[in-house]
Formats: sequence, C-alpha cells, structure tokens
Amino acid sequence: MVDETASTLIRPPPAGHGDAAAIASNAAAVVAAPGPRPRRGFAAGGTAIEAVLVPAGALILSLLLFGVFVACAGVNPLAVYRYMVEGSVGSWFSVQNTLTRAAPLLLTGLCTALPAQAGLMIIGNEGAFVMGGLAAAMAGVALHGAPAPLALAAMTLAGTAAGAVWIAFAGGLRHWRGVNETISSLLLNYIAIAILNQLVEGPFRDPRSLNKPSSPSIGYDHMIDSIPGTEIHWGLVVGIVVCIAAYVLIRHTTIGFATRIAGGNLRAARMVGLPIGWLVMLTCALGGAAAGLAGMIELAAVQERASADLVTGYGYTGILVAFLARQNPLAIIPVAMLLGGIGASGGLLQRHLGLPDAATVVLQGIIFVMILASDAVYGRLPWFKRADAAA
Amino acid sequence: MTGVGGGLGLWIVPLAVLGGAVRVSTPFLFVSLGECITERGGRINLGLEGTLVMGAMSGYAVSYLSGSPWLGVLAAGIVGIFMGLLHGAICSLQRVNDIAVGIALMLFGVGLADYLGKPFIQPAAPQLPAINFGWWASSPDVQHALKINELFLVGVALVPLLVWAFRATRWGLILRIVGESADAARALGYPVIPVRIIATCCGGFLAGVGGSFLSLYYPGAWSERISSGQGITAVALVIFARWNPQLCFYAALLFGGAGALGPSLQAVGVHGGYYLLNAAPYILTLLIMIVTCSPKRALVGAPAELSITK
Repeated sequence: MVDETASTLIRPPPAGHGDAAAIASNAAAVVAAPGPRPRRGFAAGGTAIEAVLVPAGALILSLLLFGVFVACAGVNPLAVYRYMVEGSVGSWFSVQNTLTRAAPLLLTGLCTALPAQAGLMIIGNEGAFVMGGLAAAMAGVALHGAPAPLALAAMTLAGTAAGAVWIAFAGGLRHWRGVNETISSLLLNYIAIAILNQLVEGPFRDPRSLNKPSSPSIGYDHMIDSIPGTEIHWGLVVGIVVCIAAYVLIRHTTIGFATRIAGGNLRAARMVGLPIGWLVMLTCALGGAAAGLAGMIELAAVQERASADLVTGYGYTGILVAFLARQNPLAIIPVAMLLGGIGASGGLLQRHLGLPDAATVVLQGIIFVMILASDAVYGRLPWFKRADAAA
Repeated sequence: MTGVGGGLGLWIVPLAVLGGAVRVSTPFLFVSLGECITERGGRINLGLEGTLVMGAMSGYAVSYLSGSPWLGVLAAGIVGIFMGLLHGAICSLQRVNDIAVGIALMLFGVGLADYLGKPFIQPAAPQLPAINFGWWASSPDVQHALKINELFLVGVALVPLLVWAFRATRWGLILRIVGESADAARALGYPVIPVRIIATCCGGFLAGVGGSFLSLYYPGAWSERISSGQGITAVALVIFARWNPQLCFYAALLFGGAGALGPSLQAVGVHGGYYLLNAAPYILTLLIMIVTCSPKRALVGAPAELSITK
C-alpha cells in the first residue's frame, strides 16, 4: 500500500522497546508523512468535500442504474423513485420505519469499520449479530424473574461479550495463524447460524413453540421500550452514542492512533514496537461487541425470543454501511439512516409496483459495487488535485 | 437405528457419505478449479459465491424454458463469465481492492438471483442425467451411491487438463508469470490486466457451471438459499489445495464428504446435531485453515501477486 514511503521513512527501531518518546516521534513521522494517497476514510482539509461528493456521486449513479434495471423489468423508474421517497421519509410512519431499521445498522456497520482501522476486512457481522442475540436470550431467560435493570444489564453484557469473542476469534486467527480474516469471519457466520438453529430446535427450545421452533420468551417486562412519543425503540439512541464513542476512540485517543498506524502501515507499526496483536484483537472485539449489542437489542426490543428470525440480514447490510461510510464511525450515522430508508421503502415497492422484496437487495448490491469502483476516482478529479496526490 | 438400510446396517453411512461426497463435491470442484485459474493470475474473487447462485438460478431458468438441462449449464457458464468480467473490470481500476469487490459482488449476485429467480421457484425444470455405475448391485442403496452425474465426470476430466495447461501450455505460462510478478510480465510484453480479466472470466464460467449443478441435480431445485457459503468455502479450499488443480479435486471430495455426513446420518435415523453436522464443511474449512496457515512464512505454491498472501 504505502510501502515505498515506509521504507524511506523508517529508521532503525529504537533501542529499548519502551522508549516512548522515540515511538511517538517515529509514529508521528509515519502518520504525518505525505503518502501517495490520503488515508482512507478520514480525509483531511480540502479532500473532505471530495469524501462527501464522490460517494454521493456513486450513490446517484447507482440509483440511475437501478432505474434502468427496473425499467427493463417493465416498471416505471420515476414511480420507483417516488415510492422510495414516500416509503422512507414521506410520512411520520415511514420516518419511524426508516429509523427503526437504521438502529441495528449503526452497530453492525461498526463491526466492519472498527477492525478496518487496524487493516482487517471483517465480514462476520451477521454471525456476531446472531451470537449476540442468542447469548442475550439465554441471559434473559435465565434471569426471568429478576428485576428489569439487572436482567437488561446481564443481557447487554452477554450479547456484547458473545459478539466480541466471535469476531476477536477471527482477528486472533489472522494475527497469530495468518488465516485470512475475510474468509474466516464469513465462515463463522454460517457456523453461528447453525449453532442458533441447533439450540432453538434442541436444548434451548420452548416446547410450546410448535410450528416455529424458538426459545422461551425473555418476558415483556424485560423488553426495551420505545422512545416516548414514537414507535422507535431506544436502540437508535444507543447506536448513535456508540458510533460517536467509536469515532472519539479512533480519532482522539492513543489507542485509536496506534490502531490507525497498524492499519496504515504494518511494517512501520512493527518498527515502533506497537502491540499489533492486541490492537487487532481489541478493534475486532469492539466491532464484534457492537454487532452483538445490535443482536441483543433486536432480541430485547423486537423479537422477544430467539429463533431463526434472528438471521435478519442486518449484518450483511452492515458491511455495505461501513464501506459506504468509508469506514468512518461518524459517517456511519447518516449512511445507516440512508440504507434504513432503502429497506423501509421495500414494502411500498412490493405493494404498489409488484417488485419482489429482493429489489432493495439488488439496489444495495449496485450501490456497493459503485462505491468500490468510485475509489478509483479519488485524487483524480481536476478540481480536487492536491500537490501530494500527484506524487 | 434398527432396520434401516435394508440389510446393510450401519454400513449404509460410509456408503452414503461416499456417494454423497461425489454428489456434494461437484460444485466445490468446479468453483475451486475456476478460482484456481483466477488466483494463479494474481487476483482473488470472493464474488464466486454470488456467481454460484446466479449460475444456479440461470441454469434452472434456461433448463425450464428450453427443456434442455445442458443448455442450462451453458447459460449458467455464460452468466458466470459476465459476473467474472464485472469483477475483473472493476478490479482493474486503480486502487480498487479485489477482496472488497468480491464481497460486493457476492451480495449483488445473491440479491439479483433472488430477484430474477422469483418466477422459477415453483416450476420443475428438466434435470441433468446421471450414469448408473451401480447396475450390477442388487441393493438400492449401493445403486443410489454409485449414481454419478455426468457433470461430475466433466469436472474430473478438467483436472488433468488444467494441470497440463498450467504446466505445459503457453497460456498457462503467461498466466503464471502474471500471477507471480506483474513487473516481469510487463517486461516480457504481456498485458497484465487483460490476462487477469480473462482469468477471472474463466473462473466465473466454471463457478457458474458449478452453480447449475446445484439447481439441476443436487439438491435439484431452485430456491434463494440454494447455496449457503459453498462458493466461499471453495475459495478457501483453493488455499488449502495450494493452487494445485489435482489437490483441489481431493479437497473437493473431502468437503463433499463432510457435507454429506449430515444427510447420511439422518437417513439412518440419527437426528441429533442435524444443524451442526450440516455446518461441518464450514467448521472443517476453518480448522484446515487454522492448521495449514502460518503467519511466519508465505504459503507454498502461492502466486506472489495474490493480495491475501502478501
């Protein structure tokens, strides 16, 4: 990636590994150095506009392509756009629907975005979500008669811990065994879903759930409320707060700084003696914890009992959220709402235009492809050319 | 567990696993051979999961509409070429990460197949023919285990062909140079990007054909969830097989056997752990990757330009 700059930059490693000043100065040199490309996700100064305009352009292009696609299926694209606006922000009901769908995406997006800071491409969001929901259900059922705050705290702890362990496992395999984390985390999705199905059809099954095997209920008393005056559950607020916290962690703490060095230039990080393995494990665990928390909230605010319905697809959409936000935790907030809106409009498209519910998935796929292709545009548009972009 | 298997007793399990291995391994075999070609050129295409599902859908649709399953296989392959072309073209843009594009195409392919395949969930399409090598046996179980699909035999024939092509042909040599060192290939005057795009298209073709096997023979009907991760498992399998077509064949058989374990045990009445047994191929893949990978050295036989081994 930025190896050519690294080789000229790196001095011999400091004599003592604990020499903090040397580490800091070396690290600062690495980060401040004008690389051949600006650091992904956190564009500085003049490129901030570019970081907004390029994805926005890709998004508009995707919508146009989707219009061509539905036109080929014999549906008027203008009607599609109209119903998409109506279904996502057209009424108070649609807005609530959009925000409710955005809530889990805020957290599952972090499952890809946080490890990405350390240079890992994790796509195990769905598995961490499922494990979080399952573990929360177990804690909730076990504490059936306990006071609500205690039960909710235990469910939160169980959900986040399960998600954290799940993704940290993939991160650990990457660091200590060299196993590709993208493939292993995807495999872990299927394993998580198998564990969920096995448990709710076997030892963790409520015998009264006849046609759809599910776990016992966590009880209405222990469920998460709606925000007063709305139908939106508190998960939305939790998600926004966690995203902001993640942003602060990555941008304004030493740990975040060290993680970004490890993600930007592994060799440089090794040279300055950063504990790369632990940074990788930490970001993976935090990302997994976020997705696990999303699973817990889905269970405690929506589903009430664990079943195959916990496989919602929010995890897979979370991957797209992270890439669309260019792995920036703060940018995840608007992006999650955008994709929540696309999801919310699916029902209207189905009812009024007869489009299959997979139509919104196709649109998401088109957006994903276009966003990645737009990476090629950065630094090449004439009005964003910077001195170091030409280097 | 009594009285099942008609006289064969518990021998039915290894027999069914063996027969199942041949049946279940076919998509693994095609996808891994395709990915082998792509990765030898220095790119990794995780989007083959999407290609597999698109192949399953289009193969089934064309077989239903035309009445010829082989036409379906061909259509699935052509759709695979287009999916490969998409991956290859986007990855050829500057600074675009091939793994990320693979993830995107995986989601895109699965969504698109779901969308376009809606009308084909109900109707029954003509299936691919199988050759019965068990005609001599009186037991129906043996006959069933030895019923081998013609597409599997095509896949088996491809293995030595690919080994020979990689080793002894001009095309194979160019592909390997591009995969080992883009700079060397450029110095020799070979066009790196077109070679990689062609290699990705070849990989897409084979993955599409593998997908058609899913809907046209086993399990033998189109549904949205027809492939749950077989494509991605096959990509991991290529790493395990060290980018060697011959080893891909053995690995595919192994994974097929793991996949057949659950249904075989269920056939004799063992129902416990059904879902976990069905997840056996994923668990096996993960274990194999843990055992065979190492952070300290590059993998033996890995193309040097491959992003996952860098």
